[in-house]
Amino acid sequence: MEIITEIPEEEYVLKCTSACAGCGDSLTLRYVLKATGPDIVLVMPAGCTAAFQGIYPKTAYSVPVVNIAFGAAAACASGISRMFQATGRETRVIVYAGDGGTLDIGLQAMSGAFERRTDFLYICYDNEAYGNTGMQRSGATPLGAKTTTTPTGKTEAKKDIDAIIAAHNPPYQATACASYPQDLFRKVRKALTFHGPTFIHVLSPCPPGWRYSAEKTVEVGRLAVKSGMWALWECEHGKLTISTPTKAAMKKPVPLEEYLSLQGRFRGIEEKTVEQLKEQIQENFRGLAAGEVKP
Amino acid sequence: MRKIVTGNKAVAEAVREAKPDVVAAYPITPQTEIVETLADYVSNGQLASQYIAVESEHSAMAACIGAAIAGGRTFTATSSQGLAYMHEMTNWAAGARLPIVMANVNRSLAPGWNLWAEHTDAMQERDTGWLQVYVSTVQEAYDTILMAFRIAEHQDVLLPVMVNLDGFTLSHIMQPFDMVEPGDFIPPIHLSEMIDPKNPKGYGTIAGPAEYFRFRWEIERSMREAVNVIEETQAEFGERFGRTYGLTEEYRCDDADVVVVSLGTLGKEAEVAIDILRDEGIKAGSLRLRWFRPFPELNLAGKDVVVIDRDYSFGFGGVLAHSIRSKNLVKVYSVIAGLGGQEVTYDDIAGFIRHRRIGEESWFGVNAHV
Repeated sequence: MEIITEIPEEEYVLKCTSACAGCGDSLTLRYVLKATGPDIVLVMPAGCTAAFQGIYPKTAYSVPVVNIAFGAAAACASGISRMFQATGRETRVIVYAGDGGTLDIGLQAMSGAFERRTDFLYICYDNEAYGNTGMQRSGATPLGAKTTTTPTGKTEAKKDIDAIIAAHNPPYQATACASYPQDLFRKVRKALTFHGPTFIHVLSPCPPGWRYSAEKTVEVGRLAVKSGMWALWECEHGKLTISTPTKAAMKKPVPLEEYLSLQGRFRGIEEKTVEQLKEQIQENFRGLAAGEVKP
Repeated sequence: MRKIVTGNKAVAEAVREAKPDVVAAYPITPQTEIVETLADYVSNGQLASQYIAVESEHSAMAACIGAAIAGGRTFTATSSQGLAYMHEMTNWAAGARLPIVMANVNRSLAPGWNLWAEHTDAMQERDTGWLQVYVSTVQEAYDTILMAFRIAEHQDVLLPVMVNLDGFTLSHIMQPFDMVEPGDFIPPIHLSEMIDPKNPKGYGTIAGPAEYFRFRWEIERSMREAVNVIEETQAEFGERFGRTYGLTEEYRCDDADVVVVSLGTLGKEAEVAIDILRDEGIKAGSLRLRWFRPFPELNLAGKDVVVIDRDYSFGFGGVLAHSIRSKNLVKVYSVIAGLGGQEVTYDDIAGFIRHRRIGEESWFGVNAHV
């Protein structure tokens, strides 16, 4: 049983931002910052989080935020990290980027920064599409999901960014979900005990993009985990530990239809596509059971 | 100390003297020798910089931006395709008011693949908010890099500076040059807005229609201030180290009837052409622009003006010729010469001047009369 009271009461995301109602990304950022505390710098490429940061001269985040071009977050963070190293500053460098800024346009810079053993924590908040521009498909969009550029449903599977990161042998990588804030909090704290490149991939449900009612964000995220569409685990120096909710899902998953039927983006999904998703889930579970890093 | 080195090595020597906190760079011909030399200095302890061997030029500039926002002095070098690839971030560097210094070894853009000198790569950066200077000798490359750090970091400027040197014709040729002991010529970098978690700020947050233009105007205001800072810095450099530079370099212009205007090493070829023409009784002079941004005031009234462009803006004309025309209200003879390393000798330049057709444009090697 996690002790909820270990999460500090301090808030680093001010109230009443321009984020959409029920924003999973806001929830993710809120708990990430509670875990990191204030002695950090966030490096933030284009994305929803940079949009609801607010408009000059104000900012909704009470930590320093370096905004940077879409594909440049990890490289910019490299520069900050090495400058801090040169001057002996202990302020931690944290990239906070969406799935587009991570899996797609930011992939090269991120791979380079991981290969160079940059001392930073890279957090990808994943809402499975380009949310800020109005929900276009990204490499993170799952098979069958409708977006504005896949109006009849995506015909390709979600890119396996965790396996790509794992190939860089980071000392620590994990997955999390905004609907499990204690787990997210603990993993961020854990990541910061390591020096070198670390990675946390956080599923962040998105009401307008996934087309569900705003009050259901936590429920949707939990069903993603319970159905196996999203798996929670952490991997320390190559040793995989499956997190409790996913262990339970591996024993007895909730029917995938319960997760899909809550969301407009899967409305009208073909039966054979659902079967493909179910096969993917089983394959992922088999991989996890064998100790392999899989989303 | 006097040494004989290439233009690239001289740039690296000057960077070593300037002691940047962070060098982030990616190799590209004909620039590579600069970053190899710096990597060598870092590994053998001659330079106490953080050297970030990034995976692309886009990341090189992004890493310099990060290091500069963290309060550091930064340097990178590139060329051609690398500069083009970096373009998104060169805009960012200037917009964020970061005094990054970059050597750009001028080279043409592909296709076809061509490694040789051309200025179009830098011209495509002219509207980004970077100061641009073009050098013509190994000594000038060395001296200008030293001055570039001081100019960029001056509180009235706080803009990045691009030092341009011609690919191969300067980057790879060896000339003797004098090194200096810079002492306190470059003061310690001071960036008042660097990252401080005790005073958290947004760096590059959204600026709406009611604010954005003010930031743009601030860049232009600093660009105008930069003229004074450049002149002061060059004057102090002259007093301390005995070599004087201007915004332009003039050669036998005072009583000239015709002036040839150029950038980079072509300006040195032009000086030889001027001597030949003077011997023939033609009152010719050469005006080499060192600084292209900010663009200097020129006095060309009453003279015939021949402009050599080692660049081109398709569907329009030579960028330098256009700049001279629009800033000085003079008619010019525009010669497009030296693209992709096309050989242009002092005899050729003397020919451009002798056979000038004021008000027209000619492509060297294409139009029959040049």
